[in-house]
Amino acid sequence: MLVIGCGNRDRSDDGAGVLVAERLGKLGFDAQIRSGEALDLIEAWKGADDVVVVDAVETGAPPGKVWLWDGRTAKIQGSLPISTHGFGVAEAIQLASILDRLPKRLRVFGIEGRRFDIGGDISPEVLCAVEEAAKRIAGESCGRTAPSSSPTLTLKAE
Amino acid sequence: MTGRGAKTIRVDTLARVEGEGSLYIKLVGERVADVKLKIYEPPRLFEAFLRGRHFSEAADITARICGICPVAYQMSAVHAIERALGVRIDPAVRLLRRLFYCGEWIESHALHVYMLHAPDFLGYPDVIAMAADHRAVVERALRLKKVGNRIVQLLGGREIHPISAAVGGFYRTPTRQQFNELLVDLEWALEASLETVRWTAALEFPKFEQDYEFVALRHPDEYPFNEGRLVSNRGLDIDAAEYEDHFVELHVKHSNALHSVVRGRGSYLVGPLARFNLNFDKLPDVARKVALEVGLRPPVKNLFRSIVVRAVELVFACAEALRIIGEYEPPAAPRAETPNRTGAGQAITEAPRGILYHRYALDEKGLIVTARIVPPTSQNLRQIEEDLREYAAQLVAWPLDEATWKCEQAVRSYDPCISCATHSLKVVLEREEADKD
Repeated sequence: MLVIGCGNRDRSDDGAGVLVAERLGKLGFDAQIRSGEALDLIEAWKGADDVVVVDAVETGAPPGKVWLWDGRTAKIQGSLPISTHGFGVAEAIQLASILDRLPKRLRVFGIEGRRFDIGGDISPEVLCAVEEAAKRIAGESCGRTAPSSSPTLTLKAE
Repeated sequence: MTGRGAKTIRVDTLARVEGEGSLYIKLVGERVADVKLKIYEPPRLFEAFLRGRHFSEAADITARICGICPVAYQMSAVHAIERALGVRIDPAVRLLRRLFYCGEWIESHALHVYMLHAPDFLGYPDVIAMAADHRAVVERALRLKKVGNRIVQLLGGREIHPISAAVGGFYRTPTRQQFNELLVDLEWALEASLETVRWTAALEFPKFEQDYEFVALRHPDEYPFNEGRLVSNRGLDIDAAEYEDHFVELHVKHSNALHSVVRGRGSYLVGPLARFNLNFDKLPDVARKVALEVGLRPPVKNLFRSIVVRAVELVFACAEALRIIGEYEPPAAPRAETPNRTGAGQAITEAPRGILYHRYALDEKGLIVTARIVPPTSQNLRQIEEDLREYAAQLVAWPLDEATWKCEQAVRSYDPCISCATHSLKVVLEREEADKD
């Protein structure tokens, strides 16, 4: 299993994915930190069969909510505007799908953020969500929990 | 909407550009009443961050200004500081820096030509929609970009925000063997770039030509990257040290980015078109030949054709990378000694989207006293607004949504990097009936 944490820790809650990857990396998981730029992401998961992408999301749900989507089937409607050229995780999945470059298994953990301003601190509820997501990913890889998918992936595009 | 039957071209967030901005155009009858390229991305304040830091940090700090062209920032920084210190670099290091720049041009141009600009010409909202119908083309783009990434990674230590560039040279230089591993990919990339020129040349271009002042570096023997005099088609021919005597940056109310103008003349154009028009004779044969084959010869005055010029520069960058690797002998030392001393230095290098000026003053401990950075996009901003004023006038009879798209396409022709300039773009087109009385 390859864990890819996306985001920018200098943009407040956008650092959530990065923190999850860091935490799991220290526990010995194969974990990478990426910006979330689509082309880079497609390259990062090349050759991996089982991939978990973790990224901050903004869907309008309460901050700190942890979403889980099946990246191969979830309907994706846009990315956060803070990605380079607005070309982020959602676009990576769409483009990879067209180009047959999706991993066999792709799960996307979304951590609902509250603020994405430059240089701001990460919100306390998002920090708790980082712990929760890291535990779920780690636990599941040991076969302790059966994950349940959230219904749809609709990121708010501004 | 304002006034009677007012119409506005309005793009609140310009897509497929780097950074955050919007475009507002007001049409009154058949006249373009107002054009504002509003840059609302907050100021970046890098020049202030640099003060008090040691000169050895400048390359790594300024690389953070841009995720697309960090090599450009590193190169302008190290050259300016070397000039301040009076340091001379090994000719082998000089070649490696050109190779480093080849990597960045390949990455940046492949991204812009295929992912950001081509969808405009083919009528797709983005590259994802385009990929469904043009899969092989998008595959080619991804592979090309990756070749550029590999060069930047090998020389810079990593693909994004590289860390190996240093004042005096590099912290570490690759072995011959490491470069040889790139050869097969680069030979493919050269062929793919030639195909890119032919593919882009077959697109349809809006008829729109302007009488630009083109500004680019010019070197006696080479297509420009790191060195040369700054020249224009209107008689400018200066050293980097004279830049601020000839160019001035102006504040404009609607933008967090400054507008740069030529003193006494006004707007000017930097980037691929300027380089191509002023340095066509310095392109390697393979690039010059394919340009002529598709009917591209200087002066190119239609900015929409910049997509073809970028493709020609892809050919140049691949050919140049192959040449450098073929000749490569590792330098005696990765970098020259760089003792602290008081001094001031300026440098201009050619970022993918145009000239990038840096100036530093250092104290006796090598700490930066002042820093000045003029990125390519702020040099083009005034020209973009002036072009849109002319271009929008051609579109007054068009349906608003189509006119808006065309104006966005025009802006994207510059490959603007708004993050650098302030550092995304929204377009607003407003139309108002002219008073009949």
